[in-house]
Amino acid sequence: MNQSPFDVAIIGAGVCGAAIARTLSAYRLRVVLLEKEADVAFGVSKANSGIIHAGFHHPATSLKAKLEIQGNLMFEKLYYELGFPFKRVGVLVVAFSEEEMKTAAHLFSQGEENGVADLELCGAERVRALEPKVNRDAVGGLYAPGGGIIEPYRFVFALVECAIANGCVLSTGFDVSAVRRQREYFILAARSGRSVAARYAVNAAGLHADAVSAMFGAEQFTIIPRKGEEYLLDRGAEAFPNHVLFPVPAKKSKGILVIPTVEGTTMVGPTAVEVEDREDVSTSASNLKAVFAHAKHLMPSVSRRDIITSFAGMRPALATGDFYIAVSKKVPRLVQVAGIQSPGLTASPAIGEYVKELLKSCGCSLTEKPHFNPMLPKITTLRDCSPEAMEQIIAHNPQYGNIICRCETVSEAQIVEAIRKGHVTLDGIKFYTRAGMGRCQGGFCTYKILKILARETGKKMTEFTKRGGESVIVKETLSAALPRTRGAPP
Amino acid sequence: MIAVKKIDSVVIGAGAAGMAAAEVIAQAGCSVALVDREEQTGGILLQCIHNGFGLHHFGRELTGPEYADEFSERVRAFPVEIFLETTVVNIVPHPGFSRVITCSALHGVTVFEATTIVLAMGCRERNRGTIGIPGTRPSGVFTAGLAQRLLNIEGYIPGRRAVIIGSGDIGLIMARRLTWVGSEVAAVVEILPHPSGLTRNIVQCLQDFSIPLLLSHAVTQIYGKDRVEGVEVAPLENGVPVAEKARIVACDTVLLSVGLIPENELSCTAGVTISPNTGGPVVDHRLQTSAAGIFACGNVLHVHDLVDFVTEEAQRCGGHVVDYLRNKIPAAASVAVEAGANIKYVTPNQCAAGTAQHFYLRPLVIREKAKLAVMQGQTPVFSRNLSHVRPAEMISIDLDNKIMGGLELDRPLTFSIR
Repeated sequence: MNQSPFDVAIIGAGVCGAAIARTLSAYRLRVVLLEKEADVAFGVSKANSGIIHAGFHHPATSLKAKLEIQGNLMFEKLYYELGFPFKRVGVLVVAFSEEEMKTAAHLFSQGEENGVADLELCGAERVRALEPKVNRDAVGGLYAPGGGIIEPYRFVFALVECAIANGCVLSTGFDVSAVRRQREYFILAARSGRSVAARYAVNAAGLHADAVSAMFGAEQFTIIPRKGEEYLLDRGAEAFPNHVLFPVPAKKSKGILVIPTVEGTTMVGPTAVEVEDREDVSTSASNLKAVFAHAKHLMPSVSRRDIITSFAGMRPALATGDFYIAVSKKVPRLVQVAGIQSPGLTASPAIGEYVKELLKSCGCSLTEKPHFNPMLPKITTLRDCSPEAMEQIIAHNPQYGNIICRCETVSEAQIVEAIRKGHVTLDGIKFYTRAGMGRCQGGFCTYKILKILARETGKKMTEFTKRGGESVIVKETLSAALPRTRGAPP
Repeated sequence: MIAVKKIDSVVIGAGAAGMAAAEVIAQAGCSVALVDREEQTGGILLQCIHNGFGLHHFGRELTGPEYADEFSERVRAFPVEIFLETTVVNIVPHPGFSRVITCSALHGVTVFEATTIVLAMGCRERNRGTIGIPGTRPSGVFTAGLAQRLLNIEGYIPGRRAVIIGSGDIGLIMARRLTWVGSEVAAVVEILPHPSGLTRNIVQCLQDFSIPLLLSHAVTQIYGKDRVEGVEVAPLENGVPVAEKARIVACDTVLLSVGLIPENELSCTAGVTISPNTGGPVVDHRLQTSAAGIFACGNVLHVHDLVDFVTEEAQRCGGHVVDYLRNKIPAAASVAVEAGANIKYVTPNQCAAGTAQHFYLRPLVIREKAKLAVMQGQTPVFSRNLSHVRPAEMISIDLDNKIMGGLELDRPLTFSIR
C-alpha cells in the first residue's frame, strides 16, 4: 500500500470522473481520482464535440433525458465558479422536407414533455433569420436557445483542478489492472505496481467500464465503441454559424453537425461508426468525404480548404442506449457509471450529484466541508485584450509579453502555468492553453514549448511526449549521435 | 503607461525581406523600426545551414546564416531600431498612419504610430491538417521546417527512419540532412508526376544519396499508436490512389514538405486585401497593398524560390516606401495585371503605364522551349523564348519605360506561356 486508505476511489478522469470528484470534494471524504493516461480528459472526453445539449433528443423516460436537463441548467453556475470557455448560443435542428419536419415536430413535443424551456418550432423564414448562411432548401426546423458550447477538456481540467484544490488526490498513469478486497476496502492495483485502498469505488472508466466491472466481479456488460470523426476549420472560416446546427437526427446518432466552437473555430462532424478496436482513433479518407457532404448540405459555405486538423474519438455506448448509473447489485459499495455517450458532457454535473446520492444510499457518510472553495482563479489570456489591459498584465508578469503560440496568441506565462498545474505533455499543454491548436498546428511553437518544459521541469528534451507512453517528440541529441573525434584512441 | 513611438516606418519581420527593406529605408535617412518575435535577426535563414544562397545577389555561394549575417551587419550599421522577441499583435489603420501594437517581455506593450508599414512576415508550412492525411495521430509527424529547426538549431534528431511527404525544397534538404546524422530516409513521396523542389536539390540531396523519390504516389494512411510506426504508400492513377497496389513502409518519423502559405493573418487585421492566387496581399506597382502606406515584400507577398529574389524585391519595396514618405508618388495611370494560360500568378497585381516594372510569375506547367507572351487584348506587348519552365522556378521579367509607355489604360496586361 502506497498511501493510507481513501474513502472513495474514482476510476477514470474523464468528464464524469472529474464531475464526481469535484462534487465529492465538497464533503469530508478522502477521494482519489485514478487515470490511466498521462493527463486527465485524455480518453473519451478529449474528442468531445463540446455541445451543451438542450434536452429534446431523448424521451422523458430515459435516465439520459433526466440528467441532461438537470445538467444543462447547472452550467451558468459552473461557468461563474470555474471560468471555462462556455456560451449558450442555442441549437438549431434544420429540416429539409415535410418528412423531416414531422421528426422536428416530434422532437419539439418530446422537448416540451421533458420540460425544456423556450423551444420553438420554426418555418423556413424563421430558420433563415436565425441562421442566414443555412442552405436555402431548408423548410423549417427546431430552435432551442438553451443549448450551448464549451471547451470539453478545459471543463474537465477545471473540475479536476477545483477538486484537487479541495483535497482530492489525482493519480495519472494509474491503469487499474486488478481489484481485490481486504476487509471493508477495495485494493486497486495499477499495472505500474502502485496500489490504493478505498472503501467505496466509482467505475467511470469510459470505454473500459466493462473491463473494470469485470475486475470487481460485478455486472457483466459490453461497451460498444462508436467512433466519431471530427474536422476543425480555421478561425474566420466563412462557415462559422451563429448556432450549433443539427440535421434531423439519424437512428443511432444526432447526425453530422456544424458547430461554432467557443474559441472561434468551426467544427464539423462527428461520424458514428461502431468499431471493434477501442484504441482505433484513426480517421479515414472516405469519412472525410461523407462528413463534408453532409455538412455542406446544412451550410453550403463549409469548405475543405479551411480544415486545420481532424481527429477521431470514441463514444462508450451500451446496447440499451441509455446511461447505466447505479450501485452494483453484486458488489456492495461500487457505483457503476457506464454507457455515458452523448449527452454525457451536458449531463456530467448532474451525474456528479446523482452518484453522490448513490454513494450516500450505500452508506457513505457525507458531511459538508466548512471551507469548500468552489471557485478557481480566472485564467489570463492576451487574446482579445485591449493594449491597456495587455500592458497591465505584462507589467504584473513579464512572461505574458513573450508570445509562444502566434496562431492562438498564447504567452510563455500560460505555458508555465499549465506545466506547474501538472500538464507536462504537448497535448496536455495544448488542451490547457490552446498552444499548437491553431492553423500552423505547432509548426512554429513546438520547439519553444519543449524548451520551456525542459527549463521548468529540469528534464531532458528527449523525455517529453505528445501524450504519454512511447509518444516521444525528439529521439536523440545530435551530440550523442556524432561519431567520436577522428584519430581518438578507441 | 504604454510607450507610443512616432516613426516613419515599421518593418514587421527581420528575415531576408525585412532586413533588406529596413536597410534601404534607413539609408535614405528615414526612421525605421525592425520588429521580430525571435531572439536574433535572420528569420528562417538561420536554420538553413546548407549552402546555395546568394549566387544571384552576391555572386558567391553562402549558407543561410552567412547570407543572414551580411544583412544583420548592414542593418546594424544604419540607425535601424531593432526590437527582438517582440510580437506585433495588431495593426489599426488611421488616416495617414497606422498604429502597430506590439508586446514583449522586456518592453511590455509598445505602440508605433507609423506613417508606413512593411509587411515582411514570411510564410508558414502547410501541415498534416491542411492536406488531410488520414490515420492515427501519433508523435513523430513534423513539418520539414520544424524538423530542420529541431536538428540544426536545437540539436535534436527527430527520428531514425523517415518518410518524407512532398518533394518541396525543405523536404529535400532535410532528406540529406537526416542521412548525414545517420538516420535513414525510406522514401520521398510526391503526388505530382514531377518534383516540386529545385532540380539541383533533387540531384544533390536525393540522387547523390540514393534516396528513392516516388513520383505520382501518395501517403494514404499514417499508422502508430504512440509514435509513428509506418505509412501506407499507394501509386496514383488518374490522380486517385490505387488501393490494391498500396504497401506499408515502416518508419518512426514523417516529415511534411507540402508547400508554404504566406502568413497574412496580421495583414488581414489591417484590412489588407489578399489575392487567392498568391495567398499574399494584392499590391500595386509600388508593392503597396490595398491599405494606404502598408507595403509587402518577400514570402508574405508570394512564396519565392530563391532568397536572392526576396532580397531584390524587398530592396525595391524599401525604395517605394522612401518615395511614399517623401511624397514622391507620381500620379500614374494604373493597368491591371492578369495571369493567363499556364500561369499560376503574376505579381504585382497592377502596373503603371509609362513606368518601368519588374514582374515575378510562376508557371503551372513543365515545358521545354516555351514562349512567354505579354499581351493587352490581342496586342502583343512583349515576348521571350525560355529554354524551360518549371512550377518550382519563378520567372523574372523586366519591362522597360518604353514598353510600359505604350500600354493602353483600360485593358489588363495578360501574361501567358505557350
